[in-house]
Amino acid sequence: MNTQHPPGALAKLLGFYRSRFLRAMEEVYGITMFGMRFFAYVFKPPYEVSEVRKHMDELGAKSIPLLTVVGLIMGLILALQSRPTLDRFGAGSFLPAMIALTIVRELGPVITALIVAGRVSSGIGAELGSMKVTEQIDALEVSAVDPFNYLVVTRTLACVIMLPLLTAYVDFLAIFGGFLSETMSSNTTMKLYFAEVISSLTFLDILPGIGKRAVFGFIIGLIGAYEGFNTSRGTEGVGRAATTSVVVASLNIIFVDMLIIQLTLLLFGSG
Amino acid sequence: MNQNDVLIDVQNVSKSFGDHDVLTGLSMQVRRGSSDVILGRSGIGKSVLLKSIVGLLIPESGSITVKGQQVIGMKTRELNLLRQNIGYVFQYAALYDSMTVRENLEFPLRKHMELSEDEIEERVVEQLRLVGLEESIDKMPSELSGGMKKRVGLARAIIAKPEIVLYDEPTAGLDPITGREISELIRDLEKHFGITSITVTHDLECTRTVADTIYILDNGTFTYSGSFDDLQRAEDPLAKAFFLGIT
Repeated sequence: MNTQHPPGALAKLLGFYRSRFLRAMEEVYGITMFGMRFFAYVFKPPYEVSEVRKHMDELGAKSIPLLTVVGLIMGLILALQSRPTLDRFGAGSFLPAMIALTIVRELGPVITALIVAGRVSSGIGAELGSMKVTEQIDALEVSAVDPFNYLVVTRTLACVIMLPLLTAYVDFLAIFGGFLSETMSSNTTMKLYFAEVISSLTFLDILPGIGKRAVFGFIIGLIGAYEGFNTSRGTEGVGRAATTSVVVASLNIIFVDMLIIQLTLLLFGSG
Repeated sequence: MNQNDVLIDVQNVSKSFGDHDVLTGLSMQVRRGSSDVILGRSGIGKSVLLKSIVGLLIPESGSITVKGQQVIGMKTRELNLLRQNIGYVFQYAALYDSMTVRENLEFPLRKHMELSEDEIEERVVEQLRLVGLEESIDKMPSELSGGMKKRVGLARAIIAKPEIVLYDEPTAGLDPITGREISELIRDLEKHFGITSITVTHDLECTRTVADTIYILDNGTFTYSGSFDDLQRAEDPLAKAFFLGIT
């Protein structure tokens, strides 16, 4: 069998992967510098408090209807799927604790972040991308308003504040969803269910999670803003900014989640 | 020309994008109170010059002085202070599309001026009256026609009463009647507020209406400068080509 490639084909392939790799590294460098710029700006006046509040409503509160449905269904499904397995081992009474720990430690933050990334990060990418190609960002700059502070810091900060709150809301609904499933199948009372939930959760389950949620908020806001801010090639670029925002933010959320889990285990043990 | 009269001084400015040299050692001086027009074909670098004057683009070499201050290399804080004296009308108006017309006009006032709510309201209404759009005060930019957007962009550029206004293709994409109306509006507002301006365009009607001095930009530098009447008689091939369009 002839396994020889035509001359130059391998070089072409290597060249392709090399350029893809370099582009990815450029993106990593760009996002890192963008993040550092955020920290350089966030404590510096002028503070755009009303803008942050507006974006908290736009980006956060308006995600509530979608998150309500997702939270409830997530809890219901988790309880329905886990109940038969736990019963097989005679551990059905551990279901409230299992739901609480799974939701609060992992599923709640990650699912909320991925859903908000899909809704908000793409929205920020598209909005800022559109502002870039229609020269609105230039218009802000010539009006002596720093576009980074006015557009990027405000949106990212709103996401950092809102994500822990939205996750807490989803956590509660998912646990409540678990109760709905339980009360239908085993006549568990609300008092008993929530007593089990509360007794199973410790301070160490909640504290690292709050930090993680804020980090996810930072990723969502910053990456959406970065992609929008660096849009080129007109309306085609706006579409690409929206899509890339979701993809890059989602990948970062999962990657950072893995790092935080390792770090938490290292610092606090397996709990 | 008395140096104290010069409000914008551009000397030997060069700017390129990759291998493409856009401006190559370009120089011009704009006197206080004058209305200068830069004529040139599309994509020749007219907007690049305007954006360099206001610090949105940084030339590779040369010097740009506005009100005696060197723009190239200026710190952001100082540049922002200088920009408060400059209005900029963008080619497609660049209205903030998440804000109403009122909010677009209020924006520069709220950001940089300590005015009461009544004073802000008064200024917004006055500017909209000057551009003939009082009824559109609560409309969103998406509800406006191209000509109306240009008028609002014009009103936003001059609402903070800047000394200098830079117009980037103010009549591009408009029908001849609306284009003439915008040109006349620019001329009237400049007289009314004593504004110094640079307009980049390839519209000869607009040039005829607003220009004191006309520069023709070609191959990265000015190939001709003079009044509209001088230019009509000029031997410059590009000037002739422009006039062929209307004669």
